[in-house]
This record gives sequence, structure tokens and C-alpha cells, in this order.
Amino acid sequence: MRTLRLEVNGDEVVTSAPDHWTLLEVLRYGLGLTGSKQGCDKGDCGACTVLLDGEPVLACLTLAASAEGRRVLTIEGLMPQWTRESGTPGPHPVQDAFDRCGALQCGFCQPGMMLSAKALLDRVAEPTLDEIRAALAGNLCRCTGYTQIFQAVQLAAAERAGKPVEPPSWRRPEHTPAGGELPWKEGRPPQEPAEV
Amino acid sequence: MAARDRHGPEAPWGEFEIVGKANRKVDGLDKATGAALYTDDIQLPGMLHAKILRSPHPHARIRGIDVSAAEAMPGVHAVITGRDLPTRYGIIPWTPDETALAVDKVRFLGDEVAAVAAVDEDTAIEALERIRVDYEVLEPLLDPEEALRRTDVLVHEGRKRADNVSKHVALEFGPVDDAFRDADLVVENDYSFHGTTHAPIEPHCAVAHWSASGRLTLWSSTQITHYVHRALARVLGLDPARIRVIQPCLGGAFGGKSDPFSLEFCVAELARRTGRPVKMLWTREEVFYAHRGRHPMRMRYRTAVRKDGRITGVDARILIDGGAYSSYGLVTTYYSGQLLTGPYAFPSYRFDSTRVFTNKPPCGPKRGHGSVQPRFAFEVQLDEIAHALGIDPIQLRRRNFIGEGVETVNGQRITSNGFLRCLDLVEEASGWKERYGRLPRGRGLGVAGSMYISGTNYPIYPNDMPQAGVQIKVDRSGLVTVFTGGNDIGQGSNSVAAYLVAEELGLDQRDVRVVAADTDLCPVDLGAYSSRVTFMVGNACIDAARKLRRQVVEAVADEWGVDPHRIRMVRGTVLDLEDPERTMTTRQAFHLAEARFDTLGATGSYNTPKLGGDYRGGSIGASPAYSFTAHVAEVEVDEETGMVRVEKVWCAHDCGRALNPMLVAGQIEGSCYMGVAEALLEDHDVDHHGLHRGPSLLDYRMPTSMDVPEFLAFIAESVDPEGPYGAKEAGEGPLHSSIPAVANAIFDAVGIRLRHLPFTPARVLRALREQEAAHA
Repeated sequence: MRTLRLEVNGDEVVTSAPDHWTLLEVLRYGLGLTGSKQGCDKGDCGACTVLLDGEPVLACLTLAASAEGRRVLTIEGLMPQWTRESGTPGPHPVQDAFDRCGALQCGFCQPGMMLSAKALLDRVAEPTLDEIRAALAGNLCRCTGYTQIFQAVQLAAAERAGKPVEPPSWRRPEHTPAGGELPWKEGRPPQEPAEV
Repeated sequence: MAARDRHGPEAPWGEFEIVGKANRKVDGLDKATGAALYTDDIQLPGMLHAKILRSPHPHARIRGIDVSAAEAMPGVHAVITGRDLPTRYGIIPWTPDETALAVDKVRFLGDEVAAVAAVDEDTAIEALERIRVDYEVLEPLLDPEEALRRTDVLVHEGRKRADNVSKHVALEFGPVDDAFRDADLVVENDYSFHGTTHAPIEPHCAVAHWSASGRLTLWSSTQITHYVHRALARVLGLDPARIRVIQPCLGGAFGGKSDPFSLEFCVAELARRTGRPVKMLWTREEVFYAHRGRHPMRMRYRTAVRKDGRITGVDARILIDGGAYSSYGLVTTYYSGQLLTGPYAFPSYRFDSTRVFTNKPPCGPKRGHGSVQPRFAFEVQLDEIAHALGIDPIQLRRRNFIGEGVETVNGQRITSNGFLRCLDLVEEASGWKERYGRLPRGRGLGVAGSMYISGTNYPIYPNDMPQAGVQIKVDRSGLVTVFTGGNDIGQGSNSVAAYLVAEELGLDQRDVRVVAADTDLCPVDLGAYSSRVTFMVGNACIDAARKLRRQVVEAVADEWGVDPHRIRMVRGTVLDLEDPERTMTTRQAFHLAEARFDTLGATGSYNTPKLGGDYRGGSIGASPAYSFTAHVAEVEVDEETGMVRVEKVWCAHDCGRALNPMLVAGQIEGSCYMGVAEALLEDHDVDHHGLHRGPSLLDYRMPTSMDVPEFLAFIAESVDPEGPYGAKEAGEGPLHSSIPAVANAIFDAVGIRLRHLPFTPARVLRALREQEAAHA
């Protein structure tokens, strides 16, 4: 067993774990932060991706001991960090864009995917499609065919830059099914609260 | 909803408020923020960890198992073997040939032999190494042709048949022999489809808990909660009323989680024996061996046509490699023939399909169950016919269109059919007319079409109860909760339930909560397979919501003293159409209805009408509605390396009414991705020892974000008369024709006809060399 001291999602954490445990095991089974997923446990799928000092790493191939004293951001930390830094409560724009673009089917690969995307957008304000593809190459998705993931990253970048986005094929007017048009933003406000 | 009581596809209040729009999913943000709980995220106090010992031989008799050394290890709490759970089960009630752990024989390398529960995974793994199994190694059958021929070696003994045939189906419709005798052209060739697997990113996992009062709770990454419930009761010898099965959030399935699996029985039994919660999480390698993926098929197709390209007869002979167990094999064998009879009219049709057992990981249903392989062969054959007759391949397909409101040659009822619109969309978007046959050598376009079911009226175990049930409960806050047994496996079926109930009750979708796939809380739904959930659960949701709506409307009409026809429920408000001043919130309306009718709630259900041909197996593959798809693929073939690169895929899919076009597009794109991967990259195969050739996500060569082409999804809405608001399936249909479209595009690019999958560089180069030799 070894005592570990790390910064996880902004908090100083002291925990103990067997010497051979990976960062993923410490996060999931030691700290209960189960948002980081295990899909292969050998660095093939990227579902375990977390940010270590701002850089995406595979938590399943990172020995917990090597993260000692370093700054870890998991998917659970993204919304609180955004809320803290932007002063607007709610999901990080990348998380929100993934939801609005339909990129979250089973959702299992997406915590890692979104952290890779966030790291890209922190580095490059308006990435090209090729840059997005390259940045996400270590994160396998089995549901989406990646299309709506690319759209989500493009949407998050474009909104930050205040630029319009090319609508996807199924949204283009000439092919839109009846009633298929809706703004990218949500429609109605919630119901007025009233007495129950 | 009973079949006799259909509600049309129209919007309940004049125009759709939610349906047809790109709304968020009900669970999207939970998934985005890491809050969604998947099975392996469940950690219970005092939980033990279990592992399974697997056979190192593809075929062997078990002479004895000594678990004493494992049991004696500190930290080991229980060890079980096949003798502890000897009851046979199988997803199809007629073919129960599996046991939780092997009893007398192992039938593939990786077959389950023993299970250990220990304080942690490391201890459990060490304990597995101390289990001694005395095997009598038997000759393995690894080739389906050989398995068919041999009767001296049997994968399964003690069956009625003393051979390795798992299922044989031969059906004939119309004057097949006449068609071939009178044909202007007969094209005949051999085709083969290799094995592929689902590879969801979430590995299988199950957690069991036994309460002091003898109740078992099982959380499992399954797409068939109800069948797991039944199988657990059978194998564990328990009253099903003492078992609760819950499917937590599921990390992908694609058919790979639609059998009851060994781990579910093992954790339940280990929890019973130890009095502690037990979890088992399979490794990625174990998931590859658990498999139940796409059946390899060897297919001979013969098609008779007239000069104008009209099909007059189709004759198929198919050998299906089933692997070690039956799984869904009975259905696969039927599907391999029954689902080909659209979107083209076949005046006559014959198929003869044989599924054989081999000593390999068992095959089962993968996205497009049983019909992706024949569709590949047939659509390539159609391309061959088009070239032989000098007819444009899209034109040939149009010419054979079966139509709407028709019956297929094998007695299947086709309601809505948007296939022609699908062809138009991909023809136009791909620039087919200007580009097909005119691109420079090395680049080409290919087209293919297909059809798939929206559920089937074959309920796996015969019964007269509904296939899908839903309950709705209303809270005084205005929140409506929908309870459905349907399994959301990422496709968004919980969201569909919320959209439909919100639409019917005029609510914001965020005021509808969905509780799903929990056998204690939810009415039975048969599960997420055969593309049945949107159609069946959707209809059940509308049925239940309509009953509730009637009460609410009646209570408000009484309150206002007006005719109920004047009442509208939209956007959380109840309106009087003839007096714009008179409104109340839906919440107030719920209060009135509760005061008037007692606690509010409603149930709804769906069952298929009686469908299918009047012959044995006629109901298998008989669906209340069929979806249709057309693909055009554009490829580039590198003649130096043999590498095929798919540049673009245009896919138009007729899903009936698109309840959420964004989710439909996601299904289309995901299907195209999976098809392209099967065409070019993925191969689920074992070597001559029965050892998997690449049981990792790297070696299996799943496409990354760098490998995928551009997918352009188009939705062709046909509005089905019986679907929920006219909806049909979207999750499986759009895979089928993606693969032959790639094959046909390769022909357009370099003139080689590839009939055997996958299209590896080696195969492409060989074909190019043969082409060169033929020209020389």
C-alpha cells in the first residue's frame, strides 16, 4: 500500500492504494469517481482519458504513484470547474454541445472523448476537422461513427468564436423531414413554478 | 394497444410540439457529466469480486475438477463449477443447450468452467490458477463445411440429430424452377461473409445482491432484462417473484448483450453462497470470446432476370457457422432467408439455410441479425446483373421496387415503403448521374438497397400477453413518470418514451421522467432487439398517455362546462379552443383530474397483429412495419497497396416518421460506420487452435476518428400507418446496404468483383493480379 497525495478536480486528496494500482483504479474504486470508464484496461480505447496537468492521459496506463502531486481533472470536475470559472452554473460548453448534437448515444466513451476535446479546444481555438480527428484518435466510439462528435466539437468552438456552423446533412433544408427544423438552442423555457 | 385499436400517425393536438425535432435526450447531460451509473460503477458494501476460469481447449471432455486448493486460499469465499448450476438454458426455449458453467464438456476455447468469488480481483485471479481441471482433449471442428460433413465428432451429443446441424430451414415460394428455365439471364456466384463482433466499449458486467429475506437483485449490462429474469429463475431454481433484474445505464450492446450470460448466473449463485454482494466484470479479451456476433456465412446465390432487369426468381443456399451454442441460431437461420424479400419484388424465391455447430465462440445477433450477410451477397449480385444487362444499378433497383401496401412472396405484409425516395436522395446527393462510371480509374461509386424489420411478432416464448407494456404515474408537481421495461442501450429509447408521452399530454419533455428496465418496477417489455423498441414501446406509451389524457380532458371540460372536443393540452397549458381567455396549467388540470378520478395513472401496451405466412416459421421475420435504406459509397482504391479507402457514404433511410431526426441521423451514421468497418477492417476469427486472432480493441482494428469517411445521413419519412405517430426502426436497417455499396464501388473504381469479405489489401491485390492476367 502507498499513500498518495494528488489534486483531483480542484481538491487536495489523500488516499492509499496498492502499489500496482493505476490512476484509473484509484479514481474509480478508491475515490468513487466512476465517470472515468474502463473499456479495455490496456490503453486501446481511451474511455479512461483524464487530464493530468491539463494534458490528456490514459488513466488505465498511468500508475497512480506517478500522478503523485499532480493535477487531475476527471469528467466529474468539468462542470464544477466551468461553473467556478465562468460564473454560469451548468455543464461545460463541450458537454453541452455533445448533448445538443446527439453525440451521447451509450455515453460510455464520451467522458474520455470530451476531455480530449476540451484539451484540444484549450490549445487550439478553432480547430480544423483534421485537427479534431487527430485529437480524438485515441478515443474509440462504437455508437456514433464520430460524425456527431465532430459536429459537437465544431459547435463548441464556433459558439465560443461567435461564428456560424454548417448544418449537418440531415438538417439541410432540401433534405429536412417534415417538422425537422429546430434551433440549435433549446426551445421553450421551463414551466413557471407554482404551488403543488 | 391491441392490434385492433390502432391510433393513427397524426399529431395528437393538430401539430407536433416535440416529435420531429432535434430535442435533447433525457439522459444526455447525465452521461456528459459522468453522473450516469453503469453496472461497473455500482459498488456495494462488502462486495466480493468474481472471476471465471475458461477452457484452454476448443473441445474437451471434463473428467474432473479439483477446486480444493483454490477454496483453501485466504480471501477466497466461494468456488463453483458446472455441477452447482447444471440446469440448461438458452435464449430460444426450443434450444436450451447452454449451462452457466460447463458440466461435462467444453465446446470452445474460452468456454466457462468454474467461478471464484474473492475479496478482490487479484485474489480471484490467483485462485483460478489453483483450480485443476482434468481434460480429455477432443478433436475440434473449426470449419463449418467439415462440421457439416462429420458425424464422428459431435459438438453437442444427445440431441435428436446425430450430426452437427444446429438448424436447417428450406422454404420455397412461387414457381422457382420455371423462373430459372424461362429467364433471359441467370447470374450465379458464391459469396462469403466473415465473422464480426459487436465490441461495445463497455465490457459485460453483473452485480448480485441477496437480501436476508431471500430476494435476489441483479444489476446487469444486458439488453434483455426480461429474458435474464426468466433465465435466472430457471437456472437458480428460484421463484421469479424473488428476483429483481435491473439494467443500469448501458455502454453499448449492438446485440452483444442479448443472451443471458454466464456471469449473471455466477454472481447470483456466488452471492447466495457467500451472503455478500458479488461483482463480475469481464475483461476485453473475455468479451471477444463471449462474442454472439455476426455469423460467418457461405452463400450461393442464383438470380433469374428478364432482359429489362426484372427479377423473376431467386435461389439461395447458405451455410451458417454458428459456433459452439444455439443462442438465437434458430432465428438467424430463418432470418438469413426470410428478410430478403424486399425492397424488391420476387415472383419466386427459394432458400436453403443450414446452421452448424463448430468449436468456436458462439455466434448470435449483431446489428441487422441474420440478414446483413445475405443482403451483401444479393446486392452485389444485383450489381452484376445491372452490368450484364447494361442497366444503371439505381434504375435496376427502381424497376424491381415492391411497392407499398403489398405482400411479399413469403407472406410478409409491407405497409409503408419509402425506398424510392431513399434512392432519389442518395442518387441526387452523390451526383450519381454525372459521376457513376465516369470517375478516373481508382475511384468509384456503388449503390445498394435494403429492408429491415421493426420488431417481429415472434415473441421468443409463445404467449398471448403484450410484447410491450408501459405504466404512467402523475405527481401533483406536474411531473409525469413513465415506467417501461424497454432497454435503453444508448439508442435513446427512454428519450423516445419521454417525447411521446410529453407530446400526448402537452408537456415539456423535461417534465417527463422515465424509469426503465427494472423488473420490480416496470411492466414487461421483451427487450432491445430486432429493432422493436421504438415501434412497440412507443405505441404502448401513446396508448397509456391517451388513456390518461382522456381523464384529464374530461375533468377540465366538466370544470368549465364545455364539450371535451374544445380542450387542447399544449406546452404545459390547457386551453379552450373557443375561448382564448380560458386556460389553466396542466398541473392544475392534473389536480382536477385526481380529485375527480382518484389517484392518476394509466397503463398501455402493444402487441403485434397476427402477421406472417401460414407455414412453419412464417411468423419469424414478420414485422408490423419494415424500414428501407439506400446507400451510395464512394471509394478510392490504391492499386499499389491494395488499400481501399471509403471517402464518403450517402445513406438515406426510411424510418417512418422521424421522432427525433438527430437521433435517427446518429443511428444512420453509426450503422454506416459499423458497416464500413466490417467491409474493410474488422475480422472476428480463430486460428487452428481455436484461439482468437486478435481479442483486443487494437488488434480487432476498430476504426478510429482518423479512419472514418464522411457520412451523410438523409431521412426519408414514409409515415407508417401503425407505427407510433408513423415511426419505424432506425437502428439496424441502415447497416445492411453499406457493405455491398462499398463492394460495388470497388467494382466501379477498378473493375474487380469482390464477393468475399473483408476487403483486405491482400484480397484486393489478388483480384487486381487476376484481372491483369485475364487481360494479358
